[in-house]
Amino acid sequence: MYNTDVVTTAPTSGKVWTGNDIRDKKMDKDILKVGQYTTVSFEPKTCTGAIAPLFVPPMDAVWRAFIVLVQTTQFWAAVSTTLMTISQAYLIAVVLGILIGFLVTRSNFLVQVLEPVVSGLFAIPITLFFPLFILLFGIGPASKVAYGAAYGFFPIALNTIAGLAGVNSHYLNAARSMGLSSFGTFRHVLFPAAFPVILTGLRIGFFICFASVLGGETISSVSGVGRNIALAAELMEPARMYAWIVVVIATALVLNTLVSMIENRMRGH
Amino acid sequence: MSLTQIEVPQTRALPRQPRRQFQRSAQIVWTRRLLVFGVLAMWEVWARLAGNSELIAPPSSIVRALFSDVLSDAAIRGAIMLTLFEVVCAYALAVMVGLALGLAIGSTSLTRRSMFPIILLLYAIPQVILLPLFTLGFGIGPAAKIAFGFSHGVFPVLVNVVAGMRNVNPLLLKAARSMGARQSDIIRNVTFPHMVASFFTGLRLAMTMTLLGVILAELYVSTAGVGYFTKLFAETFDPAPLFALIGILALMAIGLNEIVRTIERRFTRWKD
Repeated sequence: MYNTDVVTTAPTSGKVWTGNDIRDKKMDKDILKVGQYTTVSFEPKTCTGAIAPLFVPPMDAVWRAFIVLVQTTQFWAAVSTTLMTISQAYLIAVVLGILIGFLVTRSNFLVQVLEPVVSGLFAIPITLFFPLFILLFGIGPASKVAYGAAYGFFPIALNTIAGLAGVNSHYLNAARSMGLSSFGTFRHVLFPAAFPVILTGLRIGFFICFASVLGGETISSVSGVGRNIALAAELMEPARMYAWIVVVIATALVLNTLVSMIENRMRGH
Repeated sequence: MSLTQIEVPQTRALPRQPRRQFQRSAQIVWTRRLLVFGVLAMWEVWARLAGNSELIAPPSSIVRALFSDVLSDAAIRGAIMLTLFEVVCAYALAVMVGLALGLAIGSTSLTRRSMFPIILLLYAIPQVILLPLFTLGFGIGPAAKIAFGFSHGVFPVLVNVVAGMRNVNPLLLKAARSMGARQSDIIRNVTFPHMVASFFTGLRLAMTMTLLGVILAELYVSTAGVGYFTKLFAETFDPAPLFALIGILALMAIGLNEIVRTIERRFTRWKD
């Protein structure tokens, strides 16, 4: 879209082409001008000036690409693949994280042995192991589920350990001495006391999971939103790429607001 | 009578207490070592007996590959140095820009309240979706990796600097100002020492994020660097050097993290 604009403005501007170098200069100038015009009206993140103007399409082109994109079945297929991947990965991360966090905190000794191991492992970027996930689980959604689950697991497990191990032992002793059953202790003392910390872990885990699934899809995948963004970039279709990016950013912002609303409401109790 | 009753257990308990604690912590450390060793041993046995040699390598052959294939290859050594260079450049840029912007945004209530929500919104965006854009803008060379690492690292620094500046006791600021301190004096002697804990949290997070950004960019597209070789080994089903390379990167992550923590300890010593 943008390319054709430049090519048509170059000959109609009245100059005769005398050679390739002059034409190139002219084109460069035009590209620069259009680039300046569009970057001013575009999102601040692309305004850094470091990104070549050729890759910053005009906003209406992005809008048109978005309209076209939403009407394709490919769009909805990609979105549903990614959403399925994220929800599976998050579900695995939540179940494993809370379960392991709970089991570890059953004994003080285990907490002291394992907590540094888990937090040490979390310091290593799991992205390093991404080629391994591809190797083990293939290039389809399964490797992204595993990758996202591995990334989301650590904050959830660490916060569950921190939350459950941090409960004041006086409360537990009081509950026990007043004859509360072990399930009752968990239901009325342990869980409510640890809940805010676990909730923070769940929130961090969700966004890490979200970002890592998209990242995995961008780096190497055959389907999903991330793959489509990379594909649009590789095919030099900036308008479509920006349309995808806008979709993801909007989703991220909506999810962020939603999650903090849920968190505030749950904390209110 | 009652006096001796109280004193006797105390004098007997004092020398015993540290020893018991020492025994306990030694027990914990040894259990942890045993656990790690046990996992490695199980991995070794399982990989030798039942593992698919195209996917999983036993630890012993990983160590062998580390010296025979990875460290002896000049190209891979160059790749490790390149990745280290990219991480250091991106990190230095992220810290400088993050600190400067953070100080500017956090210095007055107006700038903080107007700009900080925008920063937080940008921080919430999964930046990895902009990765193709970075490649388009900066090419497939080290510049794109540095830029992408920077974009990951700058936000934790910025957010933590602003948050740390907010936590400085306003009484101290008022006192410094009423005693005639200039803005630069206040930042140097009041604000900075008090936001140092929050700042270093940001620095540590930024180190992890910068490394993440650089490696993501290298895995996405590259012609050199560690990411290129990890991808190469993974795609040619050669797990032993792959694991060795991952091990080197993990050591690099831990080493860089430790450097930041050492500096942090030096700067927060005044608080103890």
